[in-house]
Amino acid sequence: MKLPTLREIGTEAKLLLIGIPVLIWTLVPIYHMFLFAISPKEDAFSGKLWPDHPTLHNFEIVFRQQHYFLRDFWVQFGNSTVIALATGALTLFIATSAAFSISRLRTPGGRAVMNLALFTYFIPAAFLAVPMYRTMGNYGLLNTHWSLILAMVTIASPYAIWVLKQASDKLPVELDEAATMDGATTLQLFRLVYVPLMMPSLVAVGTYAILLAWNEYLYAFLLLSKDTDITLPVALGNFLAADDSPWELLMTTGFIYALPPAAIYYAFRRYMVGGLTAGAVKS
Amino acid sequence: MAITLSDHAIPRPPLSARLSTPQVWGIVLLAPYLLVFLAFVLYPVGYGLWLARHPQSYVELYHDPIFARAAVNTLIFLVIGINVKMLIALFLSGFFVQQRHWIRWLSVLFILPWAVPSIPTILSVRFMLNPEWGVVNHIIFSLTGDDGPNWLNDPAVALTMAIGVHIWKSLPFWTLILMTGRLAISNDLFEAAAVDGASFWQKFRYITWPSMRTLYVTCTLLSMIWTLGDFNSVYLLTGGGPADLTHVLSTLGIRYLRLDQLNLAMASIVCALPLVLPLVYFMMKRLSR
Repeated sequence: MKLPTLREIGTEAKLLLIGIPVLIWTLVPIYHMFLFAISPKEDAFSGKLWPDHPTLHNFEIVFRQQHYFLRDFWVQFGNSTVIALATGALTLFIATSAAFSISRLRTPGGRAVMNLALFTYFIPAAFLAVPMYRTMGNYGLLNTHWSLILAMVTIASPYAIWVLKQASDKLPVELDEAATMDGATTLQLFRLVYVPLMMPSLVAVGTYAILLAWNEYLYAFLLLSKDTDITLPVALGNFLAADDSPWELLMTTGFIYALPPAAIYYAFRRYMVGGLTAGAVKS
Repeated sequence: MAITLSDHAIPRPPLSARLSTPQVWGIVLLAPYLLVFLAFVLYPVGYGLWLARHPQSYVELYHDPIFARAAVNTLIFLVIGINVKMLIALFLSGFFVQQRHWIRWLSVLFILPWAVPSIPTILSVRFMLNPEWGVVNHIIFSLTGDDGPNWLNDPAVALTMAIGVHIWKSLPFWTLILMTGRLAISNDLFEAAAVDGASFWQKFRYITWPSMRTLYVTCTLLSMIWTLGDFNSVYLLTGGGPADLTHVLSTLGIRYLRLDQLNLAMASIVCALPLVLPLVYFMMKRLSR
């Protein structure tokens, strides 16, 4: 084994000098949340780096809904799940058909539609939320899950269409031609050739839409209000309304709420980063 | 990705024999998204602008001291916050492209703030900064014996903390994007420069920066537009307080909305347009090149 030179040690030390603060900066708020979640009430405020008596009692309270703020925990968890999955499915349906139409069928005006769609992202999210709230009221959708699902689909679709169009532009045209020669109808082409070939991108886009809806706070907070209708993040925000809010339970619920997206993100990291990267280098 | 709105408008199809089947399907398959766009983007935007038509709203806004403060806060957030964030991201992207095993592991953890939802982590920071019970003042007390400051009660400090939370949350995303920009630069250039004895700074100045400049500026502009809509960092950390002094335009708009002053909410957003439109204009110019 070759001994490192002084210069190499110097470089490594400099890198560590950057890396360690980055690690601390990244993990402190998350670790703080975790610490609260596993601490008994008395220990939570002691400022120790590890509780004297780590416990899962807080999780038990949350799962059994044994607190005033948590009485609808499972209903709200279910709401979050249903809204996220519905957003994912609807976004996939809308974006896949749009991308197929623009990229494979070369529908006239298709490109213009995509550019218009991307224009949505030039409207800052909180600015669109104000008229969107009123619009949902006009449509009579306020305080229903559909309002949040449709709002999330609106925000997820443009990126989804764009990613899917980029991916489907890479599929060879000959494929469509061959299928058409064999007598495939447009719908068969879509169902039997296009969708199977696009699977990896579809997984990425579906995951993206699900995460977007699961993580959303502002629209959920505006569009839903009844305790049994709201999603988990809104319930977490409602904890703050009280002066004596039980922090350790709030952090435990927050931790439970943050776990699925983190897990999904890491499981699909390859797909997700791939999609993003393609976009960045092109622009 | 080219954005040209001047393309021909959406066709008004004469659904006649002239259209072949794939073309009909093309329109049918595009229709769901078009409906979503019309119903939930175009209509709300138009309706919102229509609501903001009363001059009276702007007079009221002008007389509301919170509005002026929010406008200034928004500018500080954008000009200082975003530039600091993008500079750190540029620096860290150089760190994360280093070929080390441990740096690769670190980059996996580094993504966490972006991957987890913002509300629990922002509330976690809020508790850390609590003057009586928070861990930060606990540490200050045990180190110095003095009581720490009342972090979120001082508008300047509170706004700084909100910017900090925003940076914490979105830094990984921009670092990742800038990393891909760095990785796209050919390694031959750096090797040639090393042979010529170029210093670290010279390599950055003459190789890295020229090839990343466009991406960097595009990212900064995009980040500014998105940050204008960042409601969570301010609302969840300070709630706009103390005494409504840390509002930004996004939280102020929602505040008016919650107070049932929809016209004021829309007017405050229209007042932000002089900030948004130039950003969008520059963005479109860059993207269509």
